[in-house]
Amino acid sequence: MVGYIDKIKEISERLLKEGTVEMVIGFQKGTLPMMNTPCFAKTPEDVGNFVWDSHCGINLANYLTDRKEKIGVIAKGCDSRSIVTHITENKIKREQIFVIGAPCKGMMDRHKIASLFETEIRSVAENDGKLIVTAGDGEKTLEKADLLQKNCAVCAHRNPVIHDELAADPVEDQKDVDRYADVREIETMPPAEKWDYFDDLFSACIRCYACRNACPLCYCPTCFVDESQPQWVGKSTDPIDTKTFHFLRAYHCAGRCTDCGSCERACPMGINMRMLTKKLEKDCIDAFGWEPGLDLNQRPPLDTYKMDDPEDFIK
Amino acid sequence: MKVIKIDKKDWADSLGKLSGPYRLFGPVRDKDFHNFKELGNDEQPDFNFQNTRVSAKSMVLPQSETLFTYSLDEKEPDHHQMREPEKNYSPRAVLGIRPCDAKAFLLVKRNFDTPEYKDPYWVRAYEASTFVGLACDDPCSTCFCTSAGCGPFHEEGLDLLLVDAGDHFLAKVLTQKGKNLVQAAGWGVETNADVELMKRTAESRIASAISTEQLKGKAATDLYHAPFWEEAAFACINCGTCTYSCPTCWCFDIQDENHGNAGVRMRNWDSCMYPLFTLHGSGHNPRETKIHRVRQRFMHKLKYYLDKYDAGIQCVGCGRCIRLCPVNIDIRNICELMNSHDPGACTCQVA
Repeated sequence: MVGYIDKIKEISERLLKEGTVEMVIGFQKGTLPMMNTPCFAKTPEDVGNFVWDSHCGINLANYLTDRKEKIGVIAKGCDSRSIVTHITENKIKREQIFVIGAPCKGMMDRHKIASLFETEIRSVAENDGKLIVTAGDGEKTLEKADLLQKNCAVCAHRNPVIHDELAADPVEDQKDVDRYADVREIETMPPAEKWDYFDDLFSACIRCYACRNACPLCYCPTCFVDESQPQWVGKSTDPIDTKTFHFLRAYHCAGRCTDCGSCERACPMGINMRMLTKKLEKDCIDAFGWEPGLDLNQRPPLDTYKMDDPEDFIK
Repeated sequence: MKVIKIDKKDWADSLGKLSGPYRLFGPVRDKDFHNFKELGNDEQPDFNFQNTRVSAKSMVLPQSETLFTYSLDEKEPDHHQMREPEKNYSPRAVLGIRPCDAKAFLLVKRNFDTPEYKDPYWVRAYEASTFVGLACDDPCSTCFCTSAGCGPFHEEGLDLLLVDAGDHFLAKVLTQKGKNLVQAAGWGVETNADVELMKRTAESRIASAISTEQLKGKAATDLYHAPFWEEAAFACINCGTCTYSCPTCWCFDIQDENHGNAGVRMRNWDSCMYPLFTLHGSGHNPRETKIHRVRQRFMHKLKYYLDKYDAGIQCVGCGRCIRLCPVNIDIRNICELMNSHDPGACTCQVA
């Protein structure tokens, strides 16, 4: 994927030179290994800072919300689906954005990589499906495919679903991916065990809202947890309030979440809150045959109805 | 200053002795990281860590703390009156705190404990605490303590400094509180060992530094209007990770919570990164955009605090905000932008 960067720069430069867009949103190299930082280029010269590699896990659709300019944006499969959702939900206009599509073979799970070493990682380079990781206790060459973010390992839409130009040829989608093995495992638990599972899952949460704020879907002007009249949920570290936040946020994302993994990636405590959003994603497929962000012309399942909707639940 | 030798094989026994006169707190591994917790009976602090995931500030300023309780039941004689809840301010020992986190309490103290105002909850918890530091000989690449008024063997804010010396600890007694703890633990073997060389070696391992010498001389308004904030703030998602993990961020919000007729008035950590932080009752928000909020965080740490107290920046260089920021906003870069800002050289329009 590193090879895309020249094409990304070329497209971005052209868009800015020709005045097609006022800014291009992409990534620049961060100060830590495996961390790239979202950034913008407003002049062709700024484009020189752009990078593209397997550490661009942040969903850039989050940076488009309610912007008024004409914007170029680099989009992986998941970003593009969030952009479709943004357009459908009137958070940005299609004609306002120029999507530079970046077919994606998955982003790296930096926490997993860090856990393979006794000491801090000093540098990470990538080459042809391999990562060369140098830590204080030595260098290892690792297979990228084994170290994907959890959501990337089960990704079913690696290519951008909308794009104005592609930075590379589309990649082959993963076949026979079982997206919901982990969800099914929890579904089969007896209630008490499920309860314990979620108690444990959220026990480390510090209510910093990094998951919410990294999520392109969480754009409410005032989040329900921040409302005070009425106050829906307490603001302390009471475990019930913490879980209420996570459960309700997940429901607000039902039928909209594209499992881009930004929430989990952002969490400073390593919580996999995707276990909630994935369950709802699965329910949407089971109940409505719906996968979000694939089609600009379809309304999401929770803001539409069909005359032939089954209504067996009405007794 | 007295240096005492503590054999590691005697460590568990000493903690047993300390657990009578002190409530013991220490770093404990939970899942993939360490954080400070109250230690259970016979529970040992786990010193096999670089630093705790979030800082030790919750030892004195818990994330949620009850300030008062009250009843709305008019049958009760003291209904609608705030009652101070009973709290345990018996002596506590915080074992294995890193020097950066201990120094941070002194920075925070300037806010909570002044001749004019004293925050009783903070002051009582602080005064009840004996801080047993653990010197750092394996710093993270993001540690820049030595250029932030602190260091891996820094002593300010500690009562006792432990240095890991293989099969034993060397303990430097720094205050009367430290002396009392040493006595209670039954540690008495004095040694001539010198930790100075170990200290210098540890300091040389700190590979990262910031420059702050120009900050004081700059006009706050010049920095406030500097052109770099839009770009610096762009990636920020306005979560509370940096402020919640920071040992020197002290802001809190006060909330009343009722359950039926019973209520508590509590305070919870707050974050200047949140839009709600400055939202006025009128609906006006003086820090409406994330650029305002990001600027506020760094101006407070690196300029306003410096100007107000003339005692350095409000940062001890622990590097947690760098390691944990979901989008890698790096205080070292922002500090450099501020420290090297030349308002005269700026020809661009400022909003």
